[in-house]
Amino acid sequence: MAMNYNSKDEVDGGPPCAPGGTAKSRRPDNTAFKQQRLPAWQPILTAGTVLPTFFIIGLIFIPIGIGIFVTSNNIREIEGNVFMYYGLSNFYQNHRRYVKSRDDSQLNGDSSALLNPSKECEPYRRNEDKPIAPCGAIANSMFNDTLELFLIGNDSSPTPITLKKKGIAWWTDKNVKFRNPPGGETLEERFKGTTKPVNWLNPVYMLDSDPDNNGFINEDFIVWMRTAALPTFRKLYRLIERKSDLHPTLPAGRYYLNITYNYPVHSFDGRKRMILSTISWMGGKNPFLGIAYIAIGSISFLLGVVLLVINHKYRNSSNTADITI
Amino acid sequence: MFCSKKKSLEVERIVKANDREYNEKFQYTLIPEISSLTWFTTIVPLVLVITMTAVKDATDDYFRHKSDNQVNNRQSEVLIDSKLQNEKWMNVKVGDIIKLENNQFVAADLLLLSSSEPYGLCYIETAELDGETNLKVRHALSVTSELGADISRLARFDGIVVCEAPNNKLDKFAGVLSWKDSKHPLNNEKIILRGCVLRNTSWCFGMVIFAGPDTKLMQNSGKTKFKRTSIDRLMNTLVLWIFGFLVCLGIVLAIGNSVWENQVGDQFRTFLFWNEGEKNFVFSGFLTFWSYIIILNTVVPISLYVSVEVIRLGHSYFINWDRKMYCSGNATPAEARTTTLNEELGQIEYIFSDKTGTLTQNIMTFKRCSINGRIYGEVHDDLDQETEITKKKEPVAVSVKSEVDRTFQFFDHHLMESIKLGDPKVHEFLRILALCHTVMSEENSSGQLIYQVQSPDEGALVTAARNLGFIFKSRTPQTITIEELGTIVTYQLLAFLDFNNIRKRMSVIVRNPEGQIKLYCKGADTILFEKLHPSNGDLLSLTSDHLSEFAGEGLRTLAITYRDLDDKYFREWHKMLEDANTATDKRDEWIAGLYEEIEKDLMLLGATAVEDKLQEGVIETITSLSLANIKIWVLTGDKQETAINIGYACNMLTDDMNEVFVIAGNTAVEVREELRKAKEILFGQNRSFSNGHVGCEKKQQLELDLVVEETVTGDYALIINGHSLAHALESDVKNDLLELACMCKTVVCCRVTPLQKAQVVELVKKHRNAVTLAIGDGANDVSMIKSAHIGVGISGQEGLQAVLASDYSFAQFRYLQRLLLVHGRWSYFRMCKFLCYFFYKNFAFTLVHFWFGFFCGFSAQTVYDQWFITLFNIVYTSLPVLAMGIFDQDVSDQNSIDCPQLYEPGQLNLLFNKHKFFICMLHGIYTSLALFFIPYGTFYNAAGEDGQHIADYQSFAVTMATSLVIVVSVQIALDTSYWTVINHVFIWGSLATYFSILFTMHSNGIFGIFPNQFPFVGSARHCLTQKCIWLVILLTTVASVMPVVAFRFLKVDLYPTLTDQIRRWQKAQKKSRPPSSRRPRARRSSSRRSGYAFAHQEGYGELITSGKNMRAKNPPPTSGLEKTLYNSTSWIENLCKKTTDTVNSFSQDKTVNL
Repeated sequence: MAMNYNSKDEVDGGPPCAPGGTAKSRRPDNTAFKQQRLPAWQPILTAGTVLPTFFIIGLIFIPIGIGIFVTSNNIREIEGNVFMYYGLSNFYQNHRRYVKSRDDSQLNGDSSALLNPSKECEPYRRNEDKPIAPCGAIANSMFNDTLELFLIGNDSSPTPITLKKKGIAWWTDKNVKFRNPPGGETLEERFKGTTKPVNWLNPVYMLDSDPDNNGFINEDFIVWMRTAALPTFRKLYRLIERKSDLHPTLPAGRYYLNITYNYPVHSFDGRKRMILSTISWMGGKNPFLGIAYIAIGSISFLLGVVLLVINHKYRNSSNTADITI
Repeated sequence: MFCSKKKSLEVERIVKANDREYNEKFQYTLIPEISSLTWFTTIVPLVLVITMTAVKDATDDYFRHKSDNQVNNRQSEVLIDSKLQNEKWMNVKVGDIIKLENNQFVAADLLLLSSSEPYGLCYIETAELDGETNLKVRHALSVTSELGADISRLARFDGIVVCEAPNNKLDKFAGVLSWKDSKHPLNNEKIILRGCVLRNTSWCFGMVIFAGPDTKLMQNSGKTKFKRTSIDRLMNTLVLWIFGFLVCLGIVLAIGNSVWENQVGDQFRTFLFWNEGEKNFVFSGFLTFWSYIIILNTVVPISLYVSVEVIRLGHSYFINWDRKMYCSGNATPAEARTTTLNEELGQIEYIFSDKTGTLTQNIMTFKRCSINGRIYGEVHDDLDQETEITKKKEPVAVSVKSEVDRTFQFFDHHLMESIKLGDPKVHEFLRILALCHTVMSEENSSGQLIYQVQSPDEGALVTAARNLGFIFKSRTPQTITIEELGTIVTYQLLAFLDFNNIRKRMSVIVRNPEGQIKLYCKGADTILFEKLHPSNGDLLSLTSDHLSEFAGEGLRTLAITYRDLDDKYFREWHKMLEDANTATDKRDEWIAGLYEEIEKDLMLLGATAVEDKLQEGVIETITSLSLANIKIWVLTGDKQETAINIGYACNMLTDDMNEVFVIAGNTAVEVREELRKAKEILFGQNRSFSNGHVGCEKKQQLELDLVVEETVTGDYALIINGHSLAHALESDVKNDLLELACMCKTVVCCRVTPLQKAQVVELVKKHRNAVTLAIGDGANDVSMIKSAHIGVGISGQEGLQAVLASDYSFAQFRYLQRLLLVHGRWSYFRMCKFLCYFFYKNFAFTLVHFWFGFFCGFSAQTVYDQWFITLFNIVYTSLPVLAMGIFDQDVSDQNSIDCPQLYEPGQLNLLFNKHKFFICMLHGIYTSLALFFIPYGTFYNAAGEDGQHIADYQSFAVTMATSLVIVVSVQIALDTSYWTVINHVFIWGSLATYFSILFTMHSNGIFGIFPNQFPFVGSARHCLTQKCIWLVILLTTVASVMPVVAFRFLKVDLYPTLTDQIRRWQKAQKKSRPPSSRRPRARRSSSRRSGYAFAHQEGYGELITSGKNMRAKNPPPTSGLEKTLYNSTSWIENLCKKTTDTVNSFSQDKTVNL
């Protein structure tokens, strides 16, 4: 260093980095953000917060679980509206090749898609040079057994139970997602130029006599098109509406179920079921959820107890470790 | 230029990183048979990631170029077309003639042509190059020095230089200048290297020989390497592992698919057709494998790399913004020049520090003195305790105001009183300071006295004398004029007994106006005390005590002595000296003998203590970093004595140390022997220690040998010099050196070349597998800065070399404490937390597909909506984890500094390693199980509130996606330990965003526009109005989080880490926190024999007595003494010979005929 003592070395005069320098421009701003001094909440896990949480979770979950479980078990009483389901097992509606084999545009009534369905529908896209409506594997494999329920009264003449066909599909599906193609007077004309899915007995415009429940907006069809998440599933088939408050919907008695067997399931080891169920505040019968809640609640409570014991027994020894600052 | 190269590498890396992992998928996604995801699912994140990376790189590049330009655009005066023109440094070409001015920084290797000083001399400071603080002399060839400042003649200069190719030898140069039909050999003495600073020379002209990367400095700076952090490497390893894991999952599922298609699917053919061209279950399995690879690719998220970069960038900005690392003295904020290394700052184990300019300020101050057995310079307050000198006290000065150097501060009024009372000893003491030196004086334009010194120590002493009333005014070769308390006194200079490293002292023999001949001598106390007159006994012991005290404070000490000489005796001696000077044979020995003879029976006067001023806060910083278990090695080009002195001053060396090993051998054999001995001492003591205390069995003994490193007790230090280091770095001794060095608490390497610095760093880096940091300010530190994991440059000074090569720069060494203990620690902590969470999140997110595979015929059906997969990582969950990665703090910055032990987890790499990664992975797997099987159990045969079935695929997907988002949000909430407003906004905002996007995508409107892209119409509305679904989500969340909370609570409760304790303490303190008390400065109470540390160079004595360095206004030398010098060899030759360590073929230089 040049020892030009007079001109240099001002640095020596005072602490070179004392605050209050001249060049303000390069000094970083003194904001809480830039200086990482933002006010902050700094929670830490302490016995005071963790243990009560565990107990509270336990105390809340167990009653919920019991509630669900009891409700779920009570569901078998046939009161209120009764829902009739068909169930299939071992049916892989969630298989990828199956799931994507549909054309939502076509189902939404798009006329170009009606006559020229998406490639996703292959190999159920065209049949005999005509586009299939509705195309795809899902539609093709639609459940087409017919179930009828009769009450065998005292007079031994079976009374048919009124099964309501409408109101079984989601509102959005029925009104938004599925629409019949526009055009002609009759449904048949609207589907002109298309052919029925290979496995179907009737074309799509002959699914039901009610025009509001025919074609793509047939509710049985819509329900089927809403693919199940798991290979064992059930789907809503019919509603049995309660007629009056005085009588149970399905009074005690012997019932007779008539099944028109169209749908083969033996080939894939499948099983068909018919389920009659009422519903409660939390939906259909569901023992799992109740048990799960009880289990998790109990575990939480137990953990709380165990942690409490551990905390009281061992904490003193470990926590006295001095902090040397 | 280097930077741009580096830049392109950087870009390549990132692209490559993406290449390997993503391009693959990219291609396959477009094949319909196996594309389980739509194109946007992959493309959208990819485009986002690439855009962000590009933006970040562009910004980086811009700032890099900006600082490069700053250097390249510095102006210089270049002789073009017979005119001096301003030109940017970058445009200076080889062969140009350049004019340099005083205090200018040299930016190319120049051949000195002429200078303002007589005989073409010029002075340079080489602190940048070798860390030495004294000035060096360069001189031009006499033929060229005649050119002077004559522009027209310079412009006509057409000499041709033939010289060596660019190389990295700083102390050698060989070449020939051919001009006017004669050849002149060139050597190192005629070359001014890049990195030097011109001093005490108003101007000089030079011809550029090497420029840019060819300069010796740049040749020494080592290769620019692309630096990556250990976390980076670990991350890449983990990514590969995850890929392996991914492939395993793919194989399992593919096999599952083959079996399923064969066993189950085959019977299901009515409903489940084969695709064209794949009617084979093995082939189907093969395709499924690829489908699953695509689906599960989110387990290695694309956003990982870019998120890591964003976090690091954030941390870098916090470093730039930190006011506590801003030096207002030179208006320099800290700067993170590399934005990719931050978390490594939290893992440093070794610091390699330069000395000059880094630890020291390169300023010497006269601190204390002992005169005739009395100490001056201590300040006592009323309680008679030593107090820190504060600015409030008035500095002491006797001299007339104008003569006082304002920067001088000495605070003892007792000394003033003694001077005023006329204590002859005190006067004599100050007189010696004013007379016995090599300082040149000069008056500047305003009439102020300016000292030009080549050694800063002398500068301090002469300035001290000046301020205390003994003002050195001027000198001629025969006289020295000083002003003694107002009276001008001229002394006749009879002889000058110069410094050298063997004598370690210098003397002048003067005749005072009264006619007495006196020998004044100052030098190393160890040497001088042996030459004292026996009558000094009492004073000697007293002064010795004082010297020990000074030395204990890390001051550089010199003893001051005098001797009255008899006229006759001197004349005889002087005669002999003249004879000796004319001798041709063994002249040096003869002269040395004569010096020895006259410098005896000295009378002790006292001692001086000069402080080699440390940078502010160096001691505290080093103490604190040592507490953080960081080892600090000092690597300096300076002398061993000075280095050791600074070691003591910084508290790195103490007297409590069991042993300080000094390795100074000159041959390989000597070095090996010294190392062996040192190791013997080290291990020998330990062995005996352990044997003495533990009557151990054989087995234990063996274990002891194995972990011997751990058992080394006591503090050791190693001091090794450059020559020895060169031998020690040879392959077979290398390990011995390393082993020894790593067991020592302190290592000081002195006299090392820039490349050796890098070699030492490499050695530790390679063999210890430790994270290293190099800090330095000068060009000689560039190589080490580049080779260390992290290079830190001290900015705000002239030379930008170190800063440009560095990854971080700031103005003061002490900021290192904050950089490492606060920023580094936080960065590491945040990065680790971020990575843990990120891997966890992606495992939890992705593995659900794996479980679902078992229930969907291994068909690669995704669980979630395509859009959800696209957005999950980049929209729904990116910001909270980024906020945590950028803002989280476990303990406050003050506590991080107060408790350096908190730094240790980083060094041991405890917060994120393979073990932690497995825990994260298991955590993720567990969560994915809970996420899948709780809804599964519930949906099995479930019905909705309105009786409609809810067990459809879409409801399932919505339930699971919602649970996932909530679970990971709760998890990040648990992980976040520092909830700022931003964290709140991001976490709650992410949840809100999720729900709004969900409802938008499932709305009628958007379905109406794109029916095929948004088939989930109505699902969210339908699903999330069911109590049952919310019960499932609640249950899933609790089940996923509860074990983690329990585990963490137990860990904190039973085995709290230091961090946990401090956090708890911090929380307790928060309400009534006392102002944090600074730790009292550690006072040393050591006593040490002073070492001889003095920055001085031999040869200046001759320069003075010959008068060669004096301006023309001084009368030319005529004395007999001077003539004798001419008779032997030219003084310049002498000077140059002694200034270089290397023996060069200088004697052949016949052109210097003075």
